[in-house]
Amino acid sequence: MSDAGVIIVGAGHGGGTAAALLRQYGYAGPIRLIGEEPAIPYQRPPLSKAWLKGETDAETLSLKPESFYPEAGIELITARRVAEIEPAARAVRLEDGARFSYDHLILATGAKARPLPVPGADLAGVLSLRTAADAEALKARLGPGKRLAVIGGGYIGLEVAASARALGSEAVVIEKEARILARVACPALSDFFTDYHRARGVAFEVAADVIALEGADGQVTGVRLGAERVIACDVVLIGVGAPPDQSLAAGAGLACQNGVVVDAEARTEDEAIFAIGDVTWRPMPLYHRMFRLESVANALEQARQAACAIAGRPQPTPEVTWNWSDQYDLKYQFAGVPFDADQVLVRGDPADAKFAVFHLKGDVILAVEAVNAAAEFMGGRQLIGQKRPVDPARLADITVSMKEVAA
Amino acid sequence: MAKITYIEHNGTEHAIDVKTGLSVMEGAVKNNIPGIDADCGGACACATCHVYVQEPWLEKTGDKSAMEESMLDFAENVEDNSRLSCQIKVTDDLDGLVVKMPESQH
Repeated sequence: MSDAGVIIVGAGHGGGTAAALLRQYGYAGPIRLIGEEPAIPYQRPPLSKAWLKGETDAETLSLKPESFYPEAGIELITARRVAEIEPAARAVRLEDGARFSYDHLILATGAKARPLPVPGADLAGVLSLRTAADAEALKARLGPGKRLAVIGGGYIGLEVAASARALGSEAVVIEKEARILARVACPALSDFFTDYHRARGVAFEVAADVIALEGADGQVTGVRLGAERVIACDVVLIGVGAPPDQSLAAGAGLACQNGVVVDAEARTEDEAIFAIGDVTWRPMPLYHRMFRLESVANALEQARQAACAIAGRPQPTPEVTWNWSDQYDLKYQFAGVPFDADQVLVRGDPADAKFAVFHLKGDVILAVEAVNAAAEFMGGRQLIGQKRPVDPARLADITVSMKEVAA
Repeated sequence: MAKITYIEHNGTEHAIDVKTGLSVMEGAVKNNIPGIDADCGGACACATCHVYVQEPWLEKTGDKSAMEESMLDFAENVEDNSRLSCQIKVTDDLDGLVVKMPESQH
């Protein structure tokens, strides 16, 4: 080992956390945290929720105060891009020519918004939402009387639609599949969220093909769905997924699938290089397969894995993957992944806006999706991790508490 | 500002001046205090900011919401003085507050 230390490429939620954890875990070598955004590391989840509605400020958004980095001996390098990894030399080269050596490299490059390949996608007012700058641009175009068209009925799209309504804007969600959240939630949840949003003034277009974005004077004015059909709008949010930003890893010859391939301690096939967060194709120990997760919980779990491996600490216990979404007064929390589920069971009544959907294989819970049902989420997450069989009849019976179900 | 003392499970104490308006969780995270991970950033969605509020402060930290109660029901090492620190807003009244972290978060 030289004294080159750790380089972290990507100063987002995962990269920023990995740097802080290395210090918490007693790592004493140099740490360089390199990000292409101008901002210090911040939390992304509020960008579509509290931040967009103006309920939180930049200081709250930051992971740590600016003074933390020099105090912790972390060299934070912002607004600069890494051009290339030189794995044989254990160095990275920046686009501006600077070159830094490393003992350990952590790739935390995240994901990039997938562009919509239709004419007009380059018009002003056509936005995506990954960064604080994206959120600023979106917020500036929302407000009373503005018409927002969201293309893609996923979590970001729905959260932005809800926030837009809170800001007094009109909102329509346009989805290619027959139902919103088709890729990430079960049909019962899709129905529930559709109804909940509709009751709050959001319009939906499902099974809709966007042919083009229409504009006037370079500014977007509508979304064309067919020869006869244009939905008028002042701003378009494109939320059709975010592929992993794995070009640096691929350029270094590291194995990549739908993400950079890592092992259970977030290490790539190069023992000096780790990858964490949205950019990884990772083992799912509870489910015996590889998968790509896009969540803060995943980024933080892998940040802990990589920091433990580098600092020589025992690995943390594998977590049950989880995530959440806030829309209006709804707290939606979900855990696990329903791979191979053969039974779907609803606990509670969606009409009460407090219910949970459990996905089981036999009598073992694989995943839970909970709306305003924290006990079901927490109890479900625990049972998923323990792989402990439950009585499905008791699980479906809301007169039996989750504590009793889990007992 | 309120002086808050965070005590790690191993006994290490951190006395920090936390700005009023922040949560007790934010005071810990912004100062890189081990033991309060707060994975969800304060959305009451993860229960990784669990603390024990030391007397005589429990009453002053206010009541738990139904959501917080449910989250805590399934957290590890829960005691009568358990709270999620993201749900405790720092006020001048909490100057001197002492919280301890559970074993599950060390």
